[in-house]
Amino acid sequence: MSDSTVNTGLHTEHSRTQEFLNGAIATVPLLIGAIPFGIIFGTLAEPNGLSALGAILMSLIVFAGASQFIALGLLAAGASIPIIIATTFIVNFRHILYSANLVTKVQHLPQYWRAIMAFGLTDETFAAVNNRYLQSTNLSTAHWFYLGSFLAMYSNWVLCTYIGLTLGNVFPEMQNWGLDFAMSVTFIGMMMPYLKSRPMVAAALVSAVLAIVSVDLPHKLGLLLASFAGICVGISLTMLQNRRLTSKEFKE
Amino acid sequence: MNESWLIGGMFVATFSVRYILFALAGRVRFPSWLNKALEFVPPVVLIAIVAPSVTMPKGELWLSPLNPWLLASVVAVITALVRRDLLTTIVVGMLTFALLRFGLAM
Repeated sequence: MSDSTVNTGLHTEHSRTQEFLNGAIATVPLLIGAIPFGIIFGTLAEPNGLSALGAILMSLIVFAGASQFIALGLLAAGASIPIIIATTFIVNFRHILYSANLVTKVQHLPQYWRAIMAFGLTDETFAAVNNRYLQSTNLSTAHWFYLGSFLAMYSNWVLCTYIGLTLGNVFPEMQNWGLDFAMSVTFIGMMMPYLKSRPMVAAALVSAVLAIVSVDLPHKLGLLLASFAGICVGISLTMLQNRRLTSKEFKE
Repeated sequence: MNESWLIGGMFVATFSVRYILFALAGRVRFPSWLNKALEFVPPVVLIAIVAPSVTMPKGELWLSPLNPWLLASVVAVITALVRRDLLTTIVVGMLTFALLRFGLAM
């Protein structure tokens, strides 16, 4: 069930290239935000106990910014590998929501294309690609746009990791410059756009307090406990809100 | 080779989440409460990591305006509320932190 167009080969080739370039270009502003992120990951790797090779391989193979930072933080705190992997799983679970949004846009593609696109699914590429799908419903070459966005993010991420590793070697005292705070401030910047509703704010506050209180639990289990409690509070408040809205409607 | 296990495991944990719905393409639908619960995941996890590191930068709880980690975090939060831009938030937060820690030697 190929969805390929009836265009001539030359025309298809042209629109593929154009889509690929458009995808890369649309991702440039998002890249700029990711650059300090990648560099800081590189500089923090070795001080936190991940080798230079391990850092490059992690950027090449895992390709998940937030998870990689968290892995460093957990490594430095002496967390066990299963806990780091479980945390990675939880942190990346939001990608399920992105992929759920994109399912109708990939179901005509062969599995190898879907696998490549899945590997390249990041917050940034989702944002860029989602815009493209909103602008045009023509899906025949849209996956090339996706590929352009993904490869722009990917090459930038790996390059910045390398730059960060090099800078960390040239300025070994860099780890005392407060770059650990850069990680915190980046997470704050990533977190803030989500805090748009009362349940979301309440969930975050509960999670923050519990994370502080339970910081001495072994294997950073406090992180999971705090996250789970925050989610429970958030979903409970959402349900309460909905019930109140429904009962109000009944009265009116 | 601990790092191989770590990277391999993290690859499986990230890729499986990213790929599963693409692989099944439309044959699965989440119950709405689960969708709703998943929406809370990113901010809740991020703040669970940030909160201890900026309130106890030296291992003990330090809730004071003299704590540069905490003060710069508050500035970053305010910046994010005003400008709604990741890069601006990071830059302003870092500059505030650098000023407090090295300019004012806090």
